[in-house]
Amino acid sequence: MTEQNMALAQLEPGEEAIIQFSDVNKWYGEFHVLKNINFSVKKGERIVVCGPSGSGKSTMTRCINRLEEHQKGQILVDGIEMNDNLKNIEAIRKDVGMVFQHFNLFPHLTILENLTLAPIWVRKMPKKEAEAMAMHYLERVKIANQANKYPGQLSGGQQQRVAIARGLCMKPRIMLFDEPTSALDPEMIKEVLDVMIQLADEGMTMVCVTHEMGFAKTVADRVVFMDAGEIVEANTPHEFFENPQHDRTQLFLSQILNH
Amino acid sequence: MAIEFKPSPSLPPPSNAVGPVAWVRKNFFSSPLNIFLTFFSFYILYLLIPPALEWAVFDATWEGTSKAACTAGGACWAFIRVRFDQFMYGLYPATEYWRVNVAAILLVVLVGMFAIKAINKLLLSIAIIVVYPIIAYFLFAGGVLGLEVVETSLWGGLFLTMLLGIIGIVASFPLGIILALGRQSKMPVAKSVCVIFIETIRAVPLITILFMASVMIPLFLPDGMNFNKLLRVLIGITLFSAAYMAEVIRGGLQAIPKGQYEAADAMGLTYWQSMILVILPQALKLVIPGIVNTFIGLFKDTTLVYIVGMFDFLGIIQMANHDANWLGTTTEGYAFAGFVYWAICFGMSRYSMAVERKLDTGHKRN
Repeated sequence: MTEQNMALAQLEPGEEAIIQFSDVNKWYGEFHVLKNINFSVKKGERIVVCGPSGSGKSTMTRCINRLEEHQKGQILVDGIEMNDNLKNIEAIRKDVGMVFQHFNLFPHLTILENLTLAPIWVRKMPKKEAEAMAMHYLERVKIANQANKYPGQLSGGQQQRVAIARGLCMKPRIMLFDEPTSALDPEMIKEVLDVMIQLADEGMTMVCVTHEMGFAKTVADRVVFMDAGEIVEANTPHEFFENPQHDRTQLFLSQILNH
Repeated sequence: MAIEFKPSPSLPPPSNAVGPVAWVRKNFFSSPLNIFLTFFSFYILYLLIPPALEWAVFDATWEGTSKAACTAGGACWAFIRVRFDQFMYGLYPATEYWRVNVAAILLVVLVGMFAIKAINKLLLSIAIIVVYPIIAYFLFAGGVLGLEVVETSLWGGLFLTMLLGIIGIVASFPLGIILALGRQSKMPVAKSVCVIFIETIRAVPLITILFMASVMIPLFLPDGMNFNKLLRVLIGITLFSAAYMAEVIRGGLQAIPKGQYEAADAMGLTYWQSMILVILPQALKLVIPGIVNTFIGLFKDTTLVYIVGMFDFLGIIQMANHDANWLGTTTEGYAFAGFVYWAICFGMSRYSMAVERKLDTGHKRN
C-alpha cells in the first residue's frame, strides 16, 4: 500500500473510529487469508469493499462481528476488543446488524417472527412493542403486507429486504452487508439497493461487500479494494474509479466495468 | 409507440388427461408391464383375501371357555375374549383395573387439550410432563389415599407395554437432543462423553442392556441397596433409545445450512437461544421420519422385557398360549398381538405425517 493509500485507510488524528483493525492477520489452516489489515471506519461512514473472489473481503467483514476469528492483531468495535470473551462478542453483536448473501431468514418463522426474535430474546423487549417496531421497519422496506407469510413464500428481493429490516430491528450502530445482491435475479437487485441507499442517506454506518459499482459510486464515502488478503487501495469513489493507483486495481476495474 | 403485450389466455387441458378414467389408465394400464402387474396383483389378492376372511370372520368362534369350544374350523377368538383383561392389565388385581383406566383417560384428555386454542400450551406441557407422571405413579403403585399397594411385578399386558413405550419415548427424546448437541459441541470433554456414550450403547444389543439392568446391576450394588427392576429396565430402554435418537437428530443438525447458525449468532442470540429458537425447530422437523422410526422401534423393542421375566403385552399372550385349556391358539394370540402393535405403530406413523404437513412452511401459499 502506498503512503497516500495508507493514510486513506486510516483516520485523521482526533477522529473517533467505530471500527478499528490493527495489524489483523487470519489463517485458514495454512492459508493466509488476511494479511496485516490496518483499517478504520468512523461513525456514519459508508464503506464499500470490493475485490476478486477469494481476496478476503467477506472474511474481513465477518471479523467485525466475529463470525470469523482473527489470530493476530487487534479489532476494536465501538471501543470493545473482539477476543474470546463471549460477553464482548454478544455485546457487539447486539449493536452490529448483518445482511447475508443468501438472506439466511429463518424458514420456520413468519416474516414478523423473524424480525421480533432478537428484540424479544436479546433486547428483552415486550412482544407487542417488538411487533410494532417490526411493522415499522417492514413498512420502511415496503413489505409490511407480507408480515404473516413465511420466507419461502417471498421472492429473493423481498427476502433480502426482510433481512435488512431484521438487522435494523436491533437498532444497530453498524450494518454489515456481505454481498447482499449477489444471489438475486437482476430484476430484484434494484429494490434491495434502493433500501440500502435510503439507509445510507439516514447516516447509518455501513460496511458493504459488493460488486455493485453503481452503488459504490452513489453512496460510498470510501471504496476499499482487496486482493490476496490485503487492502490494496482505499480511496474516495471518485478517485478510486477515475484514478486507480495500482495496476491490480486497474485490471479489476477494467474487468468488471467493461463487459 | 410500443406494442402492448397481452399474455395469451390459459386453456383447459384436453379431456383425456383428467378425470377418473384418465387416472385409472395412467396408474393401472399405462404400459404392457403395468397391465400385467395390475392383473397379477388382483390375482394374488383373490388368492389371499377370501381364505383369510373365512378363517378370521366367517368360520371363527367367538364364544367359549376353552379351545374345545372352537369347532367351526376358523379362528378361536373366544381365547382373546376370555383372556382380554389379562392381556390389557397383566397380573394387576382385577378390582384395581379402574386405576389404570383413570390414568389412561386422564392422559388422553390432557393431550387432547392441546387442540383447545385458549389453553396455555406451556402450562399444559408442564402438567403432562411433570404433574401427570406423579399422579399416574401413585394411581398405579398405590400406597396413598387408601389405595391398595400393587407391586410393579404385577404390572403387565398392554398397560406395561404402553408404560414402557411412552416413558421411553418421552425420556429418550430430550436426552437424545442433548447427546446430539453434545456430540456437535466444541467443548472437548462434553463431546467425548457424548461420543463414547452413543458409540458404546449403540454397539450393544438391547437384550444385553436389559440383562445388565435386571441381573448384573443388583450384583454390583451393596447389600440391601436395591431399586425397582421396572425402573432399571426403563432406564436401560431409555438410554438405548436415546443413543439412536441422538444420531437421528445429529443428522438433522448437520442438514441445517451454516447460514442459519451464523444469522442466529450475528443477532447476538446465546448458544441455547439459537439452538432452541432457530436450529432445533428446523432440524427436528427435518428428521421427523427418523425420529418416528426410532419411536416405533423402541415401542416394539419393549417386547424384549419378556426375556427378563416381565409380562408385557406380547409376553402375557405367549404365557396364555401355554394354558392347557387353550393349547393350539398360538395363531390367534399372535394375530391379535400383531394387529394391536400394527394399529398403534400405524397411528404413530400417520400422526407424524400430519405433524410434518402442519409444520411445512416451504411451499404453502396463503
